[in-house]
Amino acid sequence: MIVVALVLLAACMLPFVVSNYRTFQFTLALVYAIALLGLNMLTGYNGQISLGHGAFYAIGAYTAAILMDQYGVPYWATIPAAAVVCLIAGFLFGLPALRLEGLYLALATFALAVSLPALLKYHHLEQWTGGVQGIVLLKPDAPFGLPLNPDQWLYFFTLAITVLMFVLAWNILRGRMGHAMVAIRDQHIAAEAMGIHTAMVKSMTFGISAMYTGIAGALGAIAIQFVAPDSFNIFVSIMLLVGVVIGGLASISGAIYGALFIQFVPNIADAISKAAPWAIFGIFLLGFVYVMPMGIAGAVRMAVARLTRKAQNQAAKP
Amino acid sequence: MEGVGVRFGGIVALDGVSFDVEAGRIVGLIGPNGAGKTTLFNCLSRLYECGSGDILFNGASLLQVPKHGIAALGIGRTFQNLALFRTMTVMENVMIGHHCRTSSGFLFNALRLPVVVGEEHATQEKARSLVRFLGLEAVADLRVADLPFGTAKRVELARALASDPKLLLLDEPASGLNHEEVGELGVLIQDIRDRLGLTVLLVEHHMSLVMSISDRVVALNFGRKIAEGTPAEVQAHPEVIQAYLGGAAH
Repeated sequence: MIVVALVLLAACMLPFVVSNYRTFQFTLALVYAIALLGLNMLTGYNGQISLGHGAFYAIGAYTAAILMDQYGVPYWATIPAAAVVCLIAGFLFGLPALRLEGLYLALATFALAVSLPALLKYHHLEQWTGGVQGIVLLKPDAPFGLPLNPDQWLYFFTLAITVLMFVLAWNILRGRMGHAMVAIRDQHIAAEAMGIHTAMVKSMTFGISAMYTGIAGALGAIAIQFVAPDSFNIFVSIMLLVGVVIGGLASISGAIYGALFIQFVPNIADAISKAAPWAIFGIFLLGFVYVMPMGIAGAVRMAVARLTRKAQNQAAKP
Repeated sequence: MEGVGVRFGGIVALDGVSFDVEAGRIVGLIGPNGAGKTTLFNCLSRLYECGSGDILFNGASLLQVPKHGIAALGIGRTFQNLALFRTMTVMENVMIGHHCRTSSGFLFNALRLPVVVGEEHATQEKARSLVRFLGLEAVADLRVADLPFGTAKRVELARALASDPKLLLLDEPASGLNHEEVGELGVLIQDIRDRLGLTVLLVEHHMSLVMSISDRVVALNFGRKIAEGTPAEVQAHPEVIQAYLGGAAH
């Protein structure tokens, strides 16, 4: 509890001590944290692998962009709209996906992610999607005359939504449905025999997972002020999966670690070598996987356990 | 159970098996390996489709009920080769057993409405009392993957009981237990029946256990019922003796 409060406090001070560009980067890290939390519910907790969450990220982003650009909807109102659209899209995709498991589900979701950019470029949809050009958005100013610049305001706006989404996820995951999700992952036959409607829980989990990722996509579009088909290629989906695994499967805090990783490690790699940043990124990735096989969250958990044990031993000694 | 038949491709796993299980009784289901005992269990919990026949529970057909609806009807089961939720603790496993008696969905859970909190307390209370009843207090917060086999079997029993079943299906509860544990299990099953007033259908290879606690015994061989009656009657039945080639070996 204290740790959470301290992290929140630090998160609130952050935009006042770093540059606007860094603030923008942290906004994106929060965006990824929401997306990773969604993917982690599906893959980490429910055991359904998705190589296609970039598609839901894109759907969320485009929902926000089109609503703002074409219909003049205020930016904050596009978030719930993106949530509903992606919830429905995810649920509908989750229904046929029930018949697929493991690698086959991975392939089906991969197909979704790989085909979406082409659909966004499709010329009959151009009047809404802007085709290859994409859509340029305006950065919102802080409301109510708050003394914040747009970057800072967007950071706080994203932070508030992130906190809300994390609380909701925590409530789901520790409750009846969260246990049902894990039970299905661990032993789906027994789960069904215990009265868990596995088909419903799995497709709803898919929907909720897509909803989280879609909300992240909408926030990302508002922060970057631009959407285009090529920013949502298959690489986004892969990076999300990387973030989930590196952060820690089936861990809520893992979403934050994973988000910081996928947001900042490419930058660090770029700073180390301009010539081959992805090679450096690859080395980082290998290092993390090797040193922390349970993800960063797993490593933190073990370190904390070791420290408390040591403290107890110290206390036990006279 | 009326004339239940199951085929897998060309193989007849169950061929017109009929018998009744009276409320409050312990009924043993015996037969050599491959006789169709587990198949019959899986029909009862709807994991397999019956090709023919019907299964009536309190007068209503089970065949119209979806798989996940069986627990809510009051049929709980354990599995032959343990089917626990391995990454969860003992308490969590038992709590899942109560899933069918609670109803809050994703939205209520996400908002953690008072209904959800109340339900959770009731579920925890239920799980705690079962953990106590089955002597699992010491391991309540351990992951089931780390438990010895005999203890894990008791967790499965607790999980099945958490659904408040009227009929308890036990699939080889004694397998993998040592002699002493089997004795305790027999007492436990009778105790559960008496205290919770439920009906038990038991598949078991361990003859002395089945014969000592069952009120009635049904014997299967090659998917057909070959005998039914009191333990003494079934033991003396010539077809049963033949099926087991001098079943006293057990």
